[in-house]
Amino acid sequence: MSNWKHLSVSGGIIVLLILVPLIFTRTDILTFFFLTLLYITLSQSWNILGGYTGQINLGHAAFFGAGALAARYIWLHFGLPLPLAILGGGLAATIFAMIIGFPAFRLRGIYFVIGTLVLAEILRLVFYTILPRADVMPMRLLGAYSLIPRYYLSLLIALLTVAAVYWISRSRLGLGLMSIREDEDAAEASGVDTQRYKLLAFAISTFLTGLAGGIYAYYSAAFRAGGLFEPVWTFDAVIIVFVGGVGTILGPVIGSVFFVLLKQFLSLYLPGGIHVAVFGVLFIIVVLFLPGGLVELITRFRKRTSGGSIQIDS
Amino acid sequence: MTFGLVAQTFVNGINIGAMYGLIAVGLSLTFGVMKILNVAHGEFLMVGGYMAFWLFTLFDIDPLLGLPLIGIALFLLGAICYKLLFSGLARFHEETKVKNTLLVSFGLFLIFPQVARWLWTGDERAITPVYSGESFPILGVRCGYVPLAGLLVAVVVILALHLLLTKTYFGKSIRATTENWKSAKLMGINVDRTYLITFALGAALAGLAGVLVGMTQSVAPDMGMQWTLKALIVLVLAGIGSIGGAFFAGLILGVVEAVSANLPYIGPYTVALGLVIFLLILMLRPQGLFGKEG
Repeated sequence: MSNWKHLSVSGGIIVLLILVPLIFTRTDILTFFFLTLLYITLSQSWNILGGYTGQINLGHAAFFGAGALAARYIWLHFGLPLPLAILGGGLAATIFAMIIGFPAFRLRGIYFVIGTLVLAEILRLVFYTILPRADVMPMRLLGAYSLIPRYYLSLLIALLTVAAVYWISRSRLGLGLMSIREDEDAAEASGVDTQRYKLLAFAISTFLTGLAGGIYAYYSAAFRAGGLFEPVWTFDAVIIVFVGGVGTILGPVIGSVFFVLLKQFLSLYLPGGIHVAVFGVLFIIVVLFLPGGLVELITRFRKRTSGGSIQIDS
Repeated sequence: MTFGLVAQTFVNGINIGAMYGLIAVGLSLTFGVMKILNVAHGEFLMVGGYMAFWLFTLFDIDPLLGLPLIGIALFLLGAICYKLLFSGLARFHEETKVKNTLLVSFGLFLIFPQVARWLWTGDERAITPVYSGESFPILGVRCGYVPLAGLLVAVVVILALHLLLTKTYFGKSIRATTENWKSAKLMGINVDRTYLITFALGAALAGLAGVLVGMTQSVAPDMGMQWTLKALIVLVLAGIGSIGGAFFAGLILGVVEAVSANLPYIGPYTVALGLVIFLLILMLRPQGLFGKEG
């Protein structure tokens, strides 16, 4: 596909997404779009570290929670303007990431995976204990609650995230990250400052996650602080990225749409929660037989139908 | 009074710590031998607990007598999981293998709780034979029959495993495979079969631990991750692949938790404390307390 075609297709999709609140007034449909966009941000930001750099971070929820909590406090409890609060959420997540980044990246491979998982778990337990009460939006805000600004904010940040990943994948930074994923020692030996690159990827990834947390703080009428650190925030992102296509730009986008749609659809017909099992099966199938996820499936299918001149992943 | 409290805390800690040891030994075995970090280890434990619950409520079989049955059932379940999902990955380059097996077990970790919720509902269940609440005093310390039985079971199973690994021909093949699977294969050891049996043994050990957890605490569909984390803490405390170390590290964790639960300020954070210890050890002494240098 040529660059122009790429541009016009993505431009068309963006225009359609901007028109969504004007076309649909039903809140359930708008919520569906909102959640899809939130999941795109959440999974795409995980993709930077997990997909491009090959560092499986099972502590994504820690940064989502840090961002959400910081944004909620800045916005509601300190009374500062919303954009500042959401930016503050992103920054809080990044600052936290930089504090733990230096020791965390001393751990390699499997130890990084379980180390980050445990980190999020510690925060979850601590926040359930020190902030046990539900954080509820005040009445004046609940009365004026509207999904539309939340939708547009979510759209903006999802676009920002996808653009960031697009830029990374074409930059020198992206090349460095992918070289770390393929072989960390070889990357180090050929002059890539692996520690600095990993920290940079970590910072960008957590900043975007923090922004997603900020949107959630703006969206959610009530939550318990510990719930923001629930492993499900991490696991959903991991599932979406792998099922969609790990280490690609389109993967998390397609994965998020698929995930939210299938989740809604399955909960109509199956007992609650069983969609997680369905995704577990899909996840295993992808890991074992289809490492490129849905993106690879689509590419294969289109190659077969049109003689193989199309490259979706970039 | 104070002595009584201290002694009671230690006894409780040792009882629960033995269980931690038993859970960690299975995880340590699969990770040490095949470099598979099975994050679904706690799920096998959950299945074991529910099987004991079924045996007890449907067939009136005492959970302690049902232990061998559950061990065999979980052994088969582990073998099936390994054969279907992991055996294809065993041939890969080590780094890819570690990552992909971790991801596959993560998939299992997503599936098991939902199936369990569907089979057994989301209610917490406890296995309560007639003697479950009873205890006897030693030196002013109450010692419950069930925790004591759990301690005994854990000690016996871990000893048996130790003997299996050190005294039998099969144990030798496991140790050889751990050190270098390629050379082991060249020496005529059936590496695939060794892997299969090791993984199944790990699952069986988790299942046995599940019975003890069901008797002393309770089983619920979502319990798996919490116990996997406990096993991981014990695993890094002990150093990977150390069977005896895992047992003693389990005891240490049990006592530390029991003591810290009684302390002011720290009390509510007992579970988090174990995880903090885990992170510190991972950073400062990655080979574990009982592991060898390098």
